[in-house]
Amino acid sequence: MIASLSGLTGLTGLTGLSGLTGLPTEFVATTIDYGAIMPMLVIFATAMIGVLVEAFAPRSQRYVVQVSVALLGLLGALGAVIVGLDHQGSTLAGAVVMDGPALFLQGTIVVLAALSILAMAERFDGVGADAFTAQGASAPGSAQEAAAVRAGATTTEVFPLALFAVGGMMLFPAAGDLLTMFVALEVLSLPLYILSGLARRRRLLSQEASLKYFLLGAFSSAFFLFGSALLYGYAGSMNLGVIAKAIGTQSGMDGLLVPGVLLVLVGLLFKIGAVPFHSWTPDVYQGAPTPVTGFMAACTKVAAFGAILRFIYVGVAGSRWDWTAGLWAVAILTMVAGAVLAITQTDIKRLLAYSSIAHAGFVLTGVLAFDKVGISSVLFYLVAYGFSTIAAFAIVSMVRDDGAEATHLSQWAGLGKNHPVVAGAFAFLLLAFAGIPLTSGFTAKFAVFSAAVAHGATVLAVVGVLSSAIAAFVYVRIIVLMYFSEPAGESVHAVSPSIATTVAVSIGVLMTLALGIAPSPLLDLAARSSLFLP
Amino acid sequence: MHLVQLSAGHLGALANADVIQPASGMTSLAWLLVALPLLGAAILLFGGWRTNAFGPALATGLSWASFGLGALIFFAMLGRSDAERAQSLHLFSWVPAGSFQVEAGMLVDPLSMAFVLLVTFVGSLILVYSLGYMAHDPEKRRFFAFLNLFVAAMLLLVLADSYLLLYVGWEGVGLASYLLIGFWNHNPTFATAANKAFIANRVGDFGLTVAMMLMFATFGTVSFSGVNAAVGGANAASLTAIGLMLLLAACGKSAQFPLQSWLGDAMAGPTPVSALIHAATMVTAGVYLVVRSHVIFEASPTAQTFVVIVGAITLLFGAIVGCAKDDIKKALAASTMSQIGYMMLAAGLGPVGYAFAIFHLLNHGFFKAGMFLGAGSVMHGMDDQVDMRRFGNLSGAMKVTWVTFGLGWLAILGVPPFSGFWSKDKIIEAAFIGEGWRPWIFGFAALIGAGVTAFYMSRLFFMTFHGKKRWPKDAHPHESPRSMTIPMVVLAAGSAFMGLILGPTGAIQSWLEPVVGVHVEGESPVIAVPVLTTLTLLVVAAGLGLAWMRYWREEVPVVAPVGSLPTRAARQDLFQDAVNEAVLMRPGLHLTRSLVFFDNKGVDGAVGSVAALIGGSSSRLRRVQNGFVRSYALTMLFGVVVILGAVWVVQ
Repeated sequence: MIASLSGLTGLTGLTGLSGLTGLPTEFVATTIDYGAIMPMLVIFATAMIGVLVEAFAPRSQRYVVQVSVALLGLLGALGAVIVGLDHQGSTLAGAVVMDGPALFLQGTIVVLAALSILAMAERFDGVGADAFTAQGASAPGSAQEAAAVRAGATTTEVFPLALFAVGGMMLFPAAGDLLTMFVALEVLSLPLYILSGLARRRRLLSQEASLKYFLLGAFSSAFFLFGSALLYGYAGSMNLGVIAKAIGTQSGMDGLLVPGVLLVLVGLLFKIGAVPFHSWTPDVYQGAPTPVTGFMAACTKVAAFGAILRFIYVGVAGSRWDWTAGLWAVAILTMVAGAVLAITQTDIKRLLAYSSIAHAGFVLTGVLAFDKVGISSVLFYLVAYGFSTIAAFAIVSMVRDDGAEATHLSQWAGLGKNHPVVAGAFAFLLLAFAGIPLTSGFTAKFAVFSAAVAHGATVLAVVGVLSSAIAAFVYVRIIVLMYFSEPAGESVHAVSPSIATTVAVSIGVLMTLALGIAPSPLLDLAARSSLFLP
Repeated sequence: MHLVQLSAGHLGALANADVIQPASGMTSLAWLLVALPLLGAAILLFGGWRTNAFGPALATGLSWASFGLGALIFFAMLGRSDAERAQSLHLFSWVPAGSFQVEAGMLVDPLSMAFVLLVTFVGSLILVYSLGYMAHDPEKRRFFAFLNLFVAAMLLLVLADSYLLLYVGWEGVGLASYLLIGFWNHNPTFATAANKAFIANRVGDFGLTVAMMLMFATFGTVSFSGVNAAVGGANAASLTAIGLMLLLAACGKSAQFPLQSWLGDAMAGPTPVSALIHAATMVTAGVYLVVRSHVIFEASPTAQTFVVIVGAITLLFGAIVGCAKDDIKKALAASTMSQIGYMMLAAGLGPVGYAFAIFHLLNHGFFKAGMFLGAGSVMHGMDDQVDMRRFGNLSGAMKVTWVTFGLGWLAILGVPPFSGFWSKDKIIEAAFIGEGWRPWIFGFAALIGAGVTAFYMSRLFFMTFHGKKRWPKDAHPHESPRSMTIPMVVLAAGSAFMGLILGPTGAIQSWLEPVVGVHVEGESPVIAVPVLTTLTLLVVAAGLGLAWMRYWREEVPVVAPVGSLPTRAARQDLFQDAVNEAVLMRPGLHLTRSLVFFDNKGVDGAVGSVAALIGGSSSRLRRVQNGFVRSYALTMLFGVVVILGAVWVVQ
């Protein structure tokens, strides 16, 4: 809380400063290319409409209206992204830069968010979204909660909340200066903190996760701001392009530059769950409602990697010899720790959390290629991983023991016998995580690792291949558990999902397969989208 | 089928062969070789119980169909001149984008056809055998599905025209092998064995992956033709690195030193699996890889020397272990390891050895598969007993098994005119070619190996089929059903005569010449050839005689005696597990444990401890349970400080 407040005061102070140093003699209104920022405008507008729906629509209709509004909004945003192809360039006085990577990532976020919304909308046989509590404000186990359940209350506000987060995520990789990036970071994070605490079952765990995420998020934001302040001190501007120019000309202020870069990176690495800034990941992934976990694992990661790419490639690549060693260490630690720690997990959600940590490390190796090929391989990886991971978490939410999610691994034993299709889909996704050929995971890994090898990061690729070998053991163990062990009990079974989850899982699995067999269209697109504008 | 496009593009030249023609005629159907068994696996796996009745027969039929097609393609190939035998079949553009381009295609050349015929023929025979062997298993549909999956993956492996597609097959056979070793997973030791095989294979796969990335970084391509054409321009260091990584891959798949430990445990799987996957085909994929990459190895003498060293160590290692095993399947596994060591050795010797490596591989495919099936037949008749000390004098009760096994035994010993003689003798001769210390070390390793092989294989044969009866009281040995004995007879016929057909006529050398290059005659062994042949036969006779004295003439104790130190060491697989445990497992465990220490176990009420975030003192820190926000925040802070500090120091 304190860290967050200080962050906010820092924000206003810095804005004042940048105004002062710029010293415009006359106020000139900035030109705004509305076509360029239309995707984000559509999302934010839809989220606002969602708030109004929450206020005015009758309770019985809210669910249907909210889901439809959210999906329509995302569809509209996707259209706006496509229109935005003709509006590339810097706008809003350099605060937002719409270029190839930004548009690619925004499109990815919109599509993945639509799948996540579908997974969140799953009702099974209840009245509201199944994963979410009837009333977030009621204390777990209280009379108030019971009353809310009796009254058939549902938390349909999750849909506008998710859209606000999506808006922040879309701004994140398009931010042209560090302040905009920080605002985007907070806009995407705050709704996620709330969403994490709204689980219907095991609510204490969920609320704890939410608070942990908030506290640590605030902590990392402070690092980000501190780093931004140092970089401002170095370059006299928050703008990434100006910082890049300053690195070429400015000398003798490295004492501000290098710590500034590293501290900003800490704030960003926190969001992708890189070691040693990963501690929140398993707890939050486990505590949050499962569809929200999928949403975070896929969309947040896409957005945060977009921001990392922009910050590094546009802003500070010129000084990379001074700080890449630190990032190498983080990448290696992330891959190894993620893979090794996944081995001892007994909870499927925690296991997938560590898996996502390891994947963050793999993507980092692509980032560290410092080349156009590195960018396109990272873009491809993010899409591939996003589709697989949303589908995987959606399947986790379907496997139930007596109504509650069966997250302990022992409960997954023998799932293949009773539910061959569900277990088969999950096994396929696990093979993709493991990077077995003919899945998107293999193509993605091959892309980032070969980019790393081709640009002098062979060590990273070797560590990456080693850790994926370790991680593969984990995934195959689950497959063996599902297919070769006797079922743990009669009570565990996969609930038949509604059309929403079915669509989300099917699209996820099909994309995982398609990107393994015919990755070329997306690789092409990623290659064409890999040019950052300053 | 629009998949089958004939493409004239993307055809590089083999370094020492002619331009590969696009597939024509029969060869353009080569994709069906893989598709047929794959279809069988899919039908059986997705059809569920509905295919219980006809599934096994269907799987067997599809595998035979694949063999039939392979034979047709083979005859079509025979009809073409040497230079035009290799043909490529473009399937589709797998990854045509960006900086790495991969075409999925097949390379149908003499080398891959030799494997296709071996895999489909032996594989189909073993499927027939399994019809009898697995008749009463409730899960037999799944078993046949996995076997078909294996055949498809193995064919993809040998027909691929790039390392990437080969890798798909490579992973596929690994997966099938893993599934089949753990097939009887109700037994926990079997599941452990499956895990061990998996881990050793991952180490190998790691080698192949890194090799591919190095190839991509060095040559910009991973297709065989592209790599072969570009080897000339690459620097020696990268070629050596690629070669060593390929060797690591081969060691993992082919159970070569130091990754040999999994093969013995893999015998936990059903016997037909041991025969097909862990004797005849999959484990020889490493030899295939080395021979297929011969251009790389020839350009890097260091990597080549390592291949020879690995082969020599493994052939002796396997032979010594084989002498002490009482479990019939484990003894055969040790022997497999040792025989593949011979092939590796030959493959590392350069052009003089390639043809004989493949020749021995084909012969071995027949005689070892035959002996495994024989062992399965013995187990079938003896209520799944595997301890050879409880066998003895089975020759009367199981005549067909005895004769067929005997032919395999003579073949592996290298007794003329049986098949092993023609290939193994040539490998020993080739090992004696060279200058300086090499021919003496490697030549004598191969020669001594032949003697030890004769000893342990005769020991196995005599303990099982001769001497006194040592059967358990309730044993009623009987001959196996027709479906099991016929494949054994066919394989025995192969072990007896194949060498005679292919060896003295020089057929195998001239057949493989377009792929592996012409071996220039001229160098001769450091010991004259007739002397060597005589010496080899004498050593073999000595091994056989020793085994006869100890295991036929003398009584064999039912309980294994304590034995001398070397015997005990050999029983323990020369302590390979202990070494593995000390070198690999323990540090791994410690690493995991120490990392888990920082991880949080379970979740507790951390909400109340927020204050500690600000004012946490060190004394409190000691009591911090993982799961607290404060410890997480401290981890982050610690990370920041370390990274900043490290960068500071580096600067």
